[in-house]
Amino acid sequence: MSESINEKPPAARTWSTRKFVLITALIATLGAIAGAALLINIFERKQEGRNPFYRVVDLTDETEDPEVWGKNFPLQYDGYKRTVDQIRTRYGGSEALPRSPTQADPRSVVAQSKLEEDPRLKAMWAGYAFSKDFREERGHAYMLDDQTFTERQQAAQQPGTCMQCHASVYVPYKKLGGGDLIKGFEAMNQMSYTEARKLVEHPVGCIDCHDPSNMQLRVTRPGFIEGMAALKASQGIANYDVNKMATRQEMRAFVCGQCHVEYYFKGPEKRLVYPWQKGLKIDDIMAYYDEVKQKDWTHADTGAPVLKAQHPEFEMWNQGIHARSGVACADCHMPYKRVGALKISDHHVRSPLLNINLACQTCHKWSEEELKARVETIQERTFKLRNVAMDALMDLINDIKAAKAAGKTDEQLAGAQDFQRLAQFYLDFVEAENSTGFHAPQEAARILGESIDFSRKGQKALR
Amino acid sequence: MNKRTIQSIVLGVMVGLAVGLGSYTFIYAKGYSYLLNDPASCANCHIMQEQYDGWEKSSHRSVATCNDCHTPPGFFAKYYSKASNGFWHSFGFTTGRFHEPIQIKPHNRDITEKACRKCHQEIVDAIENPHAMSEQNETSCLRCHRNVGHLH
Repeated sequence: MSESINEKPPAARTWSTRKFVLITALIATLGAIAGAALLINIFERKQEGRNPFYRVVDLTDETEDPEVWGKNFPLQYDGYKRTVDQIRTRYGGSEALPRSPTQADPRSVVAQSKLEEDPRLKAMWAGYAFSKDFREERGHAYMLDDQTFTERQQAAQQPGTCMQCHASVYVPYKKLGGGDLIKGFEAMNQMSYTEARKLVEHPVGCIDCHDPSNMQLRVTRPGFIEGMAALKASQGIANYDVNKMATRQEMRAFVCGQCHVEYYFKGPEKRLVYPWQKGLKIDDIMAYYDEVKQKDWTHADTGAPVLKAQHPEFEMWNQGIHARSGVACADCHMPYKRVGALKISDHHVRSPLLNINLACQTCHKWSEEELKARVETIQERTFKLRNVAMDALMDLINDIKAAKAAGKTDEQLAGAQDFQRLAQFYLDFVEAENSTGFHAPQEAARILGESIDFSRKGQKALR
Repeated sequence: MNKRTIQSIVLGVMVGLAVGLGSYTFIYAKGYSYLLNDPASCANCHIMQEQYDGWEKSSHRSVATCNDCHTPPGFFAKYYSKASNGFWHSFGFTTGRFHEPIQIKPHNRDITEKACRKCHQEIVDAIENPHAMSEQNETSCLRCHRNVGHLH
């Protein structure tokens, strides 16, 4: 090297040295810039990992408005607000249908009518308010409006009891009960819906599931607290207090089970009761209803003392493999997600089918298409079986109607009416449940199979 | 001072700045920790916090660290694997372009699959199909035991 440099004239040598210095300096500068950029990036990432939350406002046991909570927990609040989304899945979800607002019902968007999709539902619910208006359920954001403005309100006088699950009712209950939750609950149950509606303002909010002092999950619904105590008592556990004795993972299902359950209004005081005294299975629930001789209404066409199943997601999930494996509602419907360095649960509560990546793939290492296909296979089979059960029930109802028209007395029809009560409740239990069988596929199929059998036995009883 | 001295000083400052900044960044980002064996360093950038938490509760926590299952045997192969994964993980994290939840790549999965046999060769020999002709019907430990190291 040195020889070749020496051969060059002095001017060229200076130029070459200068070039070497310049290029090295340039590389060093770029290196320093890249290093500084990386340093800042690492610094920012380290900052992300700190300070999970800033206390901007003080939250108390009276802070009802979710927007106030949202100031301390903006990420969770953002998700919560997105429950306004209306997206269809193959067998569920809701479509946003435009409607012309009226004085009585100012909603400009509603979900599709299930009664129009399947008129057999009208025959099943003949004589009950559900045969007037029943739509696909929308997100949490709509729970209060959709109940306030449903035509069922005109068809029948609804009690204040409904508020337990259609509004953020914890603070109103406490106010009404002079600080006592249960007293407030009892007082509101006995009001009319319109009266009670004036006391509530928000759909389900932060305070309904979280303790404001430490954000821990908390059950606030008297119906669930009492229902759970009754269920545990039947299993030999006395004085069960869900807020003291449940594990954190249990609470991640229990807070949802506060409302996504089967229930009835007991007695003239319209107390909200979850029928779990004998157990959570449909057979236990049916046995309880038979014991207390509960009927929701008398079927208009057949005179049968029938029941309306509500949305027994909690009960059905309890019979399935996910519950058995310790997977809670929140694991799939509010899966953990990462925002910066924070791991939060997604407060945009929705169908896992709209979020397969985080909802399913955390545990199931298959492609999104494969997982979706698996779910839809279960749902398609359940839906087909549900249709068979529905046809069987229609046949029974028509036969009882015909027998009635032919002059048979109620006494002669009692056997068939009882079977209609059973067939109808079993079918409705799967129909009203919001997973089209997915929460417990075999249990859903068994229930539908029994429903078909009850319809068959009902027809036999008419012979 | 002649031109040459000034040039040398400028060059020296530039290079010094780059080296200084580089070393500071290296130390600040705990770069040295990646050369060692402490599993906590795999959660330095908090993406693998869940895997780290899971490992702490796993059946293998007292017998295997991350490196035992996620790097191949042999000094060269081990550090080559660390360097390659280190680069691509840093690249992904810095640019924010990676799949969540994170997923293992086939190459790294293969390393982990082989790692099981470092300790469990005897039992694998006993159960493995001796006539396995292709990789497809080779016994996969992870297919059934993927939760032993950490859940998810």
